[in-house]
Amino acid sequence: MTISQDDIKKIAYLARIKISQDESILLEKKLTGIMNLIDEMQKIDTDSIEPMSHALDVNQPLRKDEVSESDIRKKTMPLAPEAEDYLFMVPQVIE
Amino acid sequence: MLNLSLKQLSQNLNDKTFSSLELTEFFLSRIKKYNKQLNAFITIDESSSLSMAKMADDKISKGEHKPLTGIPIAQKDIFCAEGWRTTCGSKMLENFIAPYNATVIQNFNDIDAVNLGKTNMDEFAMGSSNETSYFGSVKNPWNLDCVPGGSSGGSASAVAARLAPAATGTDTGGSIRQPASLCGFTGLKPTYGLVSRYGMIAFASSLDQAGPMAPSAEDCAMLLNSMASHDHKDSTSIDHKKEDYTTNLNHPIQGLKIGIPKEFFGDGLNASVQKIIEEALDKYKKLGAELVDISLPNSDLAIPVYYVIAPAEASSNLSRYDGVRYGYRTKEYDDLMDMYFKTRQEGFGEEVKRRILIGTYVLSAGYYDAYYLKAQKIRRLISNDFKQAFKKCDVIMGPSAPSVAFGSGEKKEDPLAMYLQDIYTISTNLAGLPAMSIPAGLSNNLPVGLQLIGNYFEEGRLLNIAHQFQLSSDWHLKIPEGIS
Amino acid sequence: MDWDIVIGIETHVQLKTKTKQFSGASTSFGNEPNSQGCLVSLAYPGVLPVLNQEAVNCAIKFGLSIDAIINRKSIFARKNYFYPDLPKGYQISQFELPIVGEGKLSILIDNHTKDVRILRAHLEEDAGKSSHGLSHGKSGIDLNRAGTPLLEIVTEPDMSSAEEAVAYAKKLHDLVQWIGICDGNMQEGNFRCDVNVSVKKKGSDVLGTRREIKNLNSFKYIKQAIDYEVNWQIETIEDGGLIEQSTILFNPDTGETKAMRSKEEANDYRYFPDPDLLPLIVTEEDMLIIKDSLPELPSEMQSRFVKDLGLSMYDATEITSNKDVADYFIGMINKGASAKLSVNWIVVNLFSRLNDGEMSILDSPVTFEKLAELILKIEDQTISNNAAKKVFEVLWKNPEESVEELIEKMGLKQISDSSEVEGLVDQILDSNANMIDEFKSGKEKAFNALVGQVMKASKGKANPSQVNEILKKKLSN
Repeated sequence: MTISQDDIKKIAYLARIKISQDESILLEKKLTGIMNLIDEMQKIDTDSIEPMSHALDVNQPLRKDEVSESDIRKKTMPLAPEAEDYLFMVPQVIE
Repeated sequence: MLNLSLKQLSQNLNDKTFSSLELTEFFLSRIKKYNKQLNAFITIDESSSLSMAKMADDKISKGEHKPLTGIPIAQKDIFCAEGWRTTCGSKMLENFIAPYNATVIQNFNDIDAVNLGKTNMDEFAMGSSNETSYFGSVKNPWNLDCVPGGSSGGSASAVAARLAPAATGTDTGGSIRQPASLCGFTGLKPTYGLVSRYGMIAFASSLDQAGPMAPSAEDCAMLLNSMASHDHKDSTSIDHKKEDYTTNLNHPIQGLKIGIPKEFFGDGLNASVQKIIEEALDKYKKLGAELVDISLPNSDLAIPVYYVIAPAEASSNLSRYDGVRYGYRTKEYDDLMDMYFKTRQEGFGEEVKRRILIGTYVLSAGYYDAYYLKAQKIRRLISNDFKQAFKKCDVIMGPSAPSVAFGSGEKKEDPLAMYLQDIYTISTNLAGLPAMSIPAGLSNNLPVGLQLIGNYFEEGRLLNIAHQFQLSSDWHLKIPEGIS
Repeated sequence: MDWDIVIGIETHVQLKTKTKQFSGASTSFGNEPNSQGCLVSLAYPGVLPVLNQEAVNCAIKFGLSIDAIINRKSIFARKNYFYPDLPKGYQISQFELPIVGEGKLSILIDNHTKDVRILRAHLEEDAGKSSHGLSHGKSGIDLNRAGTPLLEIVTEPDMSSAEEAVAYAKKLHDLVQWIGICDGNMQEGNFRCDVNVSVKKKGSDVLGTRREIKNLNSFKYIKQAIDYEVNWQIETIEDGGLIEQSTILFNPDTGETKAMRSKEEANDYRYFPDPDLLPLIVTEEDMLIIKDSLPELPSEMQSRFVKDLGLSMYDATEITSNKDVADYFIGMINKGASAKLSVNWIVVNLFSRLNDGEMSILDSPVTFEKLAELILKIEDQTISNNAAKKVFEVLWKNPEESVEELIEKMGLKQISDSSEVEGLVDQILDSNANMIDEFKSGKEKAFNALVGQVMKASKGKANPSQVNEILKKKLSN
């Protein structure tokens, strides 16, 4: 699988990473190399195999519906890049 | 203090031969002396460490001594520790002071172990040489021109140079075992789910597992006793009965069946490494073990599968770094989109960005089945290979890494060559199995690690097998020249 | 040209839990910004989700109440996209294997029932809130709501008019409150509908392109938005235009729908199983326990009322439209009031007063005890139906008054003494010989006029059926 400039543009957009023209050209080669390595997988047939998401066959535990968390804004708000009146501030969101 | 095992240190603390304060000061002074060269630590907080040491001494004087009370432990900077800067080796979290404790950290705090500082690492644990850290590369104390391995390279360098008597690491594809191999000490990656992932900054959630890094198997057993815990804050944490991993260290290994996978001794393996591994296996034979030929036929697919699954999970795990609630935000931006794009462009390093892009690609519409789903299926095949193998043997052994430590910068621009570093370690992460690396010898004065892979939850057995080797060898006690 | 309208609805139902889907932070409404922003809600590095048992129970309750398949194994997946109110950069939802599979909900439309097929219902988490245009072109992010448990209920495109869509939404709204999994508060956004609308030529098999109207939080808006959208689509096609698949917003101020601006590129959500969460397993035992905890469902109650109380299906459906109404009705019949009269009084008199005041039946000043007492007075012929209405109106304003005393005070007691009624009838017959003649010559109207005269003479207190009976007897002599 060859990664094209268009592919890079598309995935960089999805991942919200700005990539310069120069970087993009370098990336094309490196990403294609990685994809070629990955494509080794295609050599075997996996049609009847069940995918494995977890190492161990265990089930989801459940938590009791009891409030355990308190107001921690004293700890969290100072870490925000920009905050006003306890709101995290970002450039205007357009719908 | 330099050459004492954790058990001996603990004994001395309990006997008040020296105090935790003295012990902590001793290691802090070593860090001061050597960290400039090694760059093993990102954050040192003397006053915090010393106040923890004082607290430990207090507990000891009250007779409330537990095995690791008062022992300074270096923490990989991937674990959130309340009040400590926790960077994960990234500019993104350069100024992030964690407001809470990871369960691993909490477990150590609960027995009054001392946090000696936060160790350097590949950015978000992505790397095998510790050269992707935003805080600079780490040096291998055996040869300052060589890498220590990664991603737990800071912990590895610190333990090898005895800047800390022990450290924590995390292992997603080999990040404990490969640096342990390259730096010449013992490292254990437990069964997936044995150690809580809560507060351990995620790289690839289904593969990440924390574990101990220390000179000997006995040290690792003591550390694992504190690290392993069933945690309700981590849904993937396993409700496994609490074990004392030090109890069975002295069991004889007479009749032990060691599986030797032929795939681990192929083309990619450096000849002198192979020789040292074979010598170690001979030693096991002398200890009464039997070698059995086995096959892990899908081993060659472990790297391709890993480089789908790990980046896919990482691409999603790292989406939270958006400059909104914490962490780095770019200085100048036109609008929201521009803020996202620049924050993530500037906040992440090259390797992290590459993996996010690969992960985004393999999950994107039209490619999911061919890549992600396919990888999950082969993951099962790889896991099944081990199930088959363990029908024929008790433990699997082979090299931890294909070579000894390589030169700094040597593979930095060649991701594919770098990825091959984990060729023998990745498959156990995919299967979720426990595995260790123990020092087996030196090649050109650089350490070589022997890998031991056990069946699920057989950490106790692995540590026992490793300990038996270490009772009759001293590779794990060797300290690089020029450091002591 | 005639058009068929095709409508499917996705409803986000906020589950009535104390804490969030994946953390122990409170879900209560209206608190200071970010005061419920725990580390998980804020997506701090290293934190992990742990599933709320109560949210799972709510989903199972819902599945059982619509006769759906409960998937014994369901999977949580990540839906990846960037938005400032989505702290992790992904929403945890269910994709390939939802907890609730196919089921159905029947609605009553034009006096007949219609099944709306439910395709699935899955657990997910809500996003936070952005407040726009605060200071100098900025938005403020409040994550109190982030992580609140939602059940997303998805129908097949089975509805063919705005009326059906509203009937479905109302029915669902009633049901989720009935089984106690949602408080139903639409103003607070706890029950929101995304409505997919398309049109196709009448009888055609080819579906039109659909547009999705997002986030409708009132039944009125659902109706208005669909009506507007259907007209717009038909006009667009008739003018030779094409409908593009898109997400649109309804503006309640203008009554118009409009495509969202920011979707310049199709989303690629890159769903994959969340590695932080394991498969959710529902055992037979879990199901039985939850089944036992469910109240009698409206459909079960309806059949019971038809069978045991002799109600029509229509009446039974009306009276079980919501749990509080059904409870009120059951209270009345337990007091001995007739089922049929109780239904009529609730549906006609009580509902119209409640609607005037936009009140719920729980707020009714006239309690079910008082209304039952009133109906018993009609049944034992103490008062007429009309008199009862007068009493009801006074009771509405003076709920503390007693029914007995009001009837007395207002002088509404019927004359049921037959000799007294006979006297009145004789009196009227004596003074209306001409009307008797008219009646005898075959003019039925004259009879009614005579009844009217008697009632007038009794000041409305005579029992009309008694008057009828006596008059008929006298005239036939």
